[in-house]
Order: sequence, then structure tokens, then C-alpha cells
Amino acid sequence: MEMEKVEILRSRIKEVKTQQVEKGDMILSSLHLAQELFENSIPLEAAEAIAEELDVKIERIYELATFYSMYSTKPRGKHLIRLCESLPCHVVEGPQIEKKLKDILKIDFGQTTRDGLFTLEQTSCLGICGVGPVMMIDGDTYGNLTVESIEGIIEKYRGDRK
Amino acid sequence: MKAMTVLFSTDSNSLLNGSRSYEETMKEWVKEYNLSKMVDVIETGTFGFYGKGVLFQVLPEDIYYLVSSIDDLEKIFNEHILKGRIVSKFLVEKEKIRPAKGMELKETRIVLRNAGLIDPENIKEYIARDGYKALYNALKMKPMDVIEMIKASGLRGRGGAGFPTGLKWEMTFKAKDSKKYVLCNADEGEPGTFKDRLILEGDPHSIIEAMAIAGYSIGADIGYIYIRGEYYNSIKKIQKAINDAKEYGLLGKNIFGSDFSFDIAIRPGAGSYVVGDETALMESLEGKAGRPRIKPPYPTDHGLYGKPTLINNVETFANVPWIILNGPDAFRRYGTEKSKGTKVFSLVGNVVNRGIVELPMGCTLRELIYGFGGGVANGRSLKMVQTGGTAGTFVKPDKLDIPVDYESIKDGISLGSGSILVIDDQNKAIDIAKKAVKFYMHESCGKCTPCREGTRDLYILLDRISKGMGKKEDIERIKTLSTEISDTSFCGLGQSINLPLVSLYDNFKDEFLELVTKIKPQNILKT
Ligand SMILES: Cc1cc2nc3c(=O)[nH]c(=O)nc-3n(C[C@H](O)[C@H](O)[C@H](O)COP(=O)(O)O)c2cc1C
Ligand code: SF4
Repeated sequence: MEMEKVEILRSRIKEVKTQQVEKGDMILSSLHLAQELFENSIPLEAAEAIAEELDVKIERIYELATFYSMYSTKPRGKHLIRLCESLPCHVVEGPQIEKKLKDILKIDFGQTTRDGLFTLEQTSCLGICGVGPVMMIDGDTYGNLTVESIEGIIEKYRGDRK
Repeated sequence: MKAMTVLFSTDSNSLLNGSRSYEETMKEWVKEYNLSKMVDVIETGTFGFYGKGVLFQVLPEDIYYLVSSIDDLEKIFNEHILKGRIVSKFLVEKEKIRPAKGMELKETRIVLRNAGLIDPENIKEYIARDGYKALYNALKMKPMDVIEMIKASGLRGRGGAGFPTGLKWEMTFKAKDSKKYVLCNADEGEPGTFKDRLILEGDPHSIIEAMAIAGYSIGADIGYIYIRGEYYNSIKKIQKAINDAKEYGLLGKNIFGSDFSFDIAIRPGAGSYVVGDETALMESLEGKAGRPRIKPPYPTDHGLYGKPTLINNVETFANVPWIILNGPDAFRRYGTEKSKGTKVFSLVGNVVNRGIVELPMGCTLRELIYGFGGGVANGRSLKMVQTGGTAGTFVKPDKLDIPVDYESIKDGISLGSGSILVIDDQNKAIDIAKKAVKFYMHESCGKCTPCREGTRDLYILLDRISKGMGKKEDIERIKTLSTEISDTSFCGLGQSINLPLVSLYDNFKDEFLELVTKIKPQNILKT
């Protein structure tokens, strides 16, 4: 299974490499690809594949995977919840949302639920402050959050546990 | 045009409120009732206003409806679309979408000239509104003549630093190298700012056109758009626009039959605020950790891959085609003596209407907050405003009538990215200070000690004060420590921390002092 994924990753990188304009300019995109395939994290075998396909040192991949906040070298849950903690969301009752979210999931920031379904993270501004407080689950954004509305949103994701 | 047009906004904020499914439903009904020849249902960019629901516009009546369920939509369809009767219950006053009374003359759409008016995914609509005509005109001019026009307009960078744009173009033009790059900074990470996203989503071709004009002017054949990794929706839209432009021969080889060839590639970021700094952005684009480079050498000589590089913000670029078409003098008619043109502001926080609005440079916070914004939300009163993003200053309500531009920093108001964060009287200065410093601590890239360690020390200090365990000297230390950090840091991130912190200290010193002077019995034991 994991081997298979590595092969898929390799072929996708070969594909995006055709769009490379200058050396190195597709590395970040390749790391994004890896995260899509490996449930929001970059395991060693994926890092090795990227390093080989793009002809860069694995140390560099490690540095990137730890420098940028969207990447993780540690396994994360199937769904990644990113709650905005910047001031524009803070002043519109962000802290209440934070508390409620932690209560529902029974985890703190940086942790993953026991069933491996959710990882909760805080993030700096997501650029959707017009509808704050906001959070992002995977690629989807949720705005105008209220203490009442988050339960239902999380439930929706619990529903597709398979 | 058909007899009736219904426009749904499809910027990310509206999508969040479900605009797509409302639009689909409306389309189905139009088909069902055989009205396809009479009624057009189309997508558009942003209206610049967000309510709790889906907003759409009906032409030719030129009215706006705000609905929050498909049932509401059905009522409007039955009454208005079928019978031509306006349903006043769901009407939104135009003043909310357009500027309030007395401000009509002021709202000026240069950057947002097309946003909300055209379907951003349809290149024909852009072309119909003089799109790519500026590029056509520019290609008939000498590169230096194009640059002279930008210089004469007085346009300055909208990414925060305010560097004269024409001068930057000239410096890159004069750099001697066979390879040069044009770079669009769409990393937009400044908290409270989302104008670049709405420009890119609402009018992507204006950026493509401007980058091509820049490429021709400085002698580059390739451009990159570096965009925040989280802006999934924008990335898709710009990619489509680039593909369409290529198909129409407006990008690629020998544009308009000239010798000029130009291509654009998009690269996503991966979540780092400091990468918004131009040199860190170049590192990141080259596939490295996004830590800032030492300056000089400047990017105009030694930028991306060591080659001369022109980097501009999205909003800066969006002004360029307008200036070429309307001339620098028309542009100079707007704004103040040293800050020409308009600014796109994003209004956020405890304000009735959040959203973006474009006003001439030199407008006031009062116009923004009470004119466009409709005042403080929930009937509360205004405590302070932070302008320009987290790296901006805090001001009290006594500064509401000062014109905001690049120069207003002398009065303590930073323009920065144009974010206007309204903060009501429920918020404590200490909590705001803690959040601001936490942002710095989190986003520090770790390259230099004052920023890496200093922001953490500052956070610990504020945390202690907030818990009632601070001493009187600690309050003074907020100011001295943040000044020390900003004096000794390597890049603009660490260097800017004095703006929010010193202004908070100056404005709310008493409130901080109160936290350390009240005797709290539970704390006596601890000290
Ligand atoms: C920490 C830091 C973050 C920045 N973030 C951004 C940003 O998100 N977008 C942007 O356009 N400029 C940002 N800048 C400014 C850029 O370094 C640069 O000045 C700008 O892209 C130049 O374009 P302009 O002249 O059109 O403004 C940032 C600067 C610093 C120091
Ligand atoms: S000031 Fe902060 S962000 Fe800038 S180089 Fe130093 S540590 Fe990095």
C-alpha cells in the first residue's frame, strides 16, 4: 500500500516536473503532492522519492518540511483542521470558537484525535477575515463560525469515516 | 445582453456562504421555465460586501438581494424574475454595497475597475472592457517610454513598503543581463488583508496583462506569480486565466505579432508569513527555506536565481493597465501630494460591514469605518483601530479624521497593506498585545537572535502581566524590549514589532499599569 503510494508520487512528480521553469521551482509543489497522498504528512519514503526525482539532497527536503507550517513530518489525522488565531478573528469571538472546538474534539492544538480522524492546528491569518472567525478543514474554508455551528461541521467529517 | 441578468458573486467569501448552489438552482429554474433566451445567470467577482447569506444582483433594475435559503430564492424567482415585481423584503440598500451617502464621489475604482462587473473566468468579458489594450499600446512604445509613464503617475508599491514603482522598473530595465524575471508577490499573509486574493479572483487578467507589460518594459520573458498555498480557489482561477490568455495569443510567443514573448507560471507557498518579504520569497521560489537575504544587493540587480528581478505586489500591478490606458495625469488626479491614486482597504473586526473598498489615498478612518463600514458592530463603542496589518500601529478614536496615506505614519497611522482592524470596547489592550506578539513569535524565521529570542521574551513578559503577576518595571520593558528588537533585527519582520507594541503602550499605558498595581492577594504569596 505505502509502496504503491510512493510509486504514484513518483509518477506525479515526473508529471509536474514538465512544468519546471528553473531548477528547484517545483520542490514545494512536490511536497504538497506528497501531503495529498500521505494524509497530510511527508513520511521518509516520500521525502526520499522527492529528493531522487528532483535530484536534491534529502536534508533539503527535511529542512523544507520542517520550515513551512503547511507541511509536517509527523503523521497527522485524515482531516486537518486549521483555526485562525490572528487578531481579526480574535476580536470577533475567536477564543470562544477555539474553546468549543477543543471541547468537541477533546484535543489541544498540535494533537490528533485517538481515531486518527482529526488533527487540530492553529494558523496565522487565512485571508478570509471578511467572514471571521474562520477555520479551514483540508482545502475547505468555513466562515462566520458560531459556537452552535461548529458541531455540525465536524459531524459532517465524522460521517465519512470509513 | 438579454432582457434580464442575474449576477452571483463567486469570490471565496461568497462561496463560503453557498453562492454556487444558489446560482445552480437559479439556472435550473430559468431552464425549467424556458427563460434561457431572456435571463442570463452569470458569475462575477466580488461585490465588496458580505452579509450573512448570499448576495446577488439583478439587472437592469440594478438592485441587490440578500437571501439565506433556497425558499427565499424561490420567492424572488416567482415574484421578480417571473412577474417583474421587486421583493422588498430581501433587498439590500445600495449604500451598503456601494458607498454611503456623501461618499459616492469618493469611491474610485481603478484597481477594482472590473471586479464584480465581469465574469473573471471569461476572457472575452475582460477584453470587452478594454482588456489587453494597454499591452497592445505598450508594445508599440519604447520600453523606457512605458516606464516613464509609470514614473510620471507617481504609483508606489502597495505591498507595504511604498517604493516608487516606476523607479523600480527603471532600475531593473537598466540592469545588464540577458536573463531577467518579473515576479508577482501574491503571498498576502498580513493579518486582516485579503484584497490581493479578491483582485486575483475578481480580475485575474489585469494581473497577467500588467506582468506582460512589465516583462516588455524591463526585458524579461518569464514571470512568476508566487501565491499563498492556502489560496486554493485563487490558484485555480488564475491558472485558467493564464491558459485562456495563452490560447488567445496574449501570452506566449510573439504577442500581437511583435518580437516580444512572455510566459507566466504560478507557484504556491507553504505557509510562512516572512516569505512575503521579497528576498525570502525568492529563496522560497528557488525551493529553499524562506529566510530573508541580506540587502544590498537589491533584487533589481541580484534577485531570483541571482538575476535582475522586478517584484511587485498584486495591487500595484493591477494599477498598471489603467495608467497606460488613461495616462499618468488621470492617475495623479486621485490621492494626496505624495501618495497618488487609490488604495484598496480591507475592513475587518468589530464592524457592521466587513469587506473591501477602494478609496483615493488620503481618505480617513472615519470614512472607512462609519461610511463604508456602517459603524461598530453590535452597538458597542470603538476602542481602537489597527491599521496596516499586524505589523501596523494602533490608534485611538481621536485619530479618525487624519488622512491616511504613506505619510500618515508621522501621525501614527500606518498604511501598510491597507487592512483596517476595528476593535471594540470589549477587548483588553493586554490581550491584543499578547496576540500580536504571538504572531511575531510564531512567524519569526529564526535566522537572527533578537527576533527569535526577543519575541519569545516579550511574550513571556506580557503573559506574566496578563496573569496579574507583573511588576511596574515590566510595563516600561514592553516599550524598551520591542524597540530593541526592532532596532537590531535582520529583516522587516523583526524590525516592525515596535509599530504595534509601542503604539499600544503609548495609548494604553494606564490600562497596562492597572494590571500591575492592583494588589491581588493570591499573588502576594507567589512573589
Ligand atoms: C515580513 C514581510 C512580509 C511581507 N509580506 C508581503 C506580502 O504578503 N505581500 C506583498 O506584496 N509584500 C509583502 N512584503 C513587502 C515585500 O518585501 C516587497 O516590498 C513588495 O512585494 C514589493 O512590491 P511593491 O513595491 O509593489 O509593494 C513583506 C515584507 C516583509 C518584510
Ligand atoms: S527578523 Fe525575524 S524573520 Fe527576519 S530574519 Fe530575523 S528571525 Fe527571521
